[in-house]
Amino acid sequence: MPVELYRIDDRLIHGQVVVGWGQPLDLRFIVLVDDEVASSDWEQELYRMGVPPEMDVYFESVESAVRRHAEFAQDGRPGLMLTGDIETMRRLVDGVDAIKRVNLGGVHHRAGRVQRLRYVFLTADEERALRALSARGVSVTAQDVPAARPVPLDDILTGKGDP
Amino acid sequence: MSSADGAGADRGDAANVVGRAIVAGHGDFALGVVSAVAQITGRGEVFIPVSNRGLGADDIERMLREQIAASGARVIFTDLPAGSCTIAARRVQRDRPEVVVVTGANLATLLDFVFHAEQPAGEAATHAADKGRAALTVLGAPGAR
Repeated sequence: MPVELYRIDDRLIHGQVVVGWGQPLDLRFIVLVDDEVASSDWEQELYRMGVPPEMDVYFESVESAVRRHAEFAQDGRPGLMLTGDIETMRRLVDGVDAIKRVNLGGVHHRAGRVQRLRYVFLTADEERALRALSARGVSVTAQDVPAARPVPLDDILTGKGDP
Repeated sequence: MSSADGAGADRGDAANVVGRAIVAGHGDFALGVVSAVAQITGRGEVFIPVSNRGLGADDIERMLREQIAASGARVIFTDLPAGSCTIAARRVQRDRPEVVVVTGANLATLLDFVFHAEQPAGEAATHAADKGRAALTVLGAPGAR
């Protein structure tokens, strides 16, 4: 079974991921790809605490996630791979040709970012990175929760995303 | 939302409150549950409602720190154990070990805390969590407890 969702969300593991997506997709594992978290026992314990016992969490650096991706994709259980920012997802896609869809789930306000959707704020560099992902055949859509309409990248960047 | 505005017309004088606490959660959870506390007890001012709506992880943590600094709150109640408010509260705890975090808070939890807010934070929070846990019951389902 392929990984169900590749998500960018700066809150990493939180309610929308564990419950909002976890329940309808029946997620059984989350791969949190973040170099900082992967090197910190404290950070890992923090995120592990919030995950229900039936769901496994794997903490990977970009390098180890690329190396282990085939293993996760062949796991047989529904899973989600999660990064906290666009640059980390770009690095992941660079190393894994099999990633063809990326979900923008939450990139919140920060200095230098411009609001594109209620839950998506982007810098010019981040917009370029998303366009580059799209140009290489990766479908980029924004969708915070399963019940929401997936917003295509063009609509995100042209301000047509929010009703 | 970052103040006790949800306490409504039953608001008292916050300066007279011995112990205050933050209620943090998704959407209008905090505002709603604090307004219910105010309606039932007239003491909604004990709580400072905080919403994570539209905020990134750093913003939620910063808001919690600001509210603790402003109010002296020593307890943070959150809705979901896996929620971003809980994660942010745990980060606050890392360098503020005197802060107690209670996850999965419900109305019964907060109602109990209101009447024990003068106790040490750990005791009041533990008592409130026990009450909240005990309030969860299923009625009318075969085999339910």
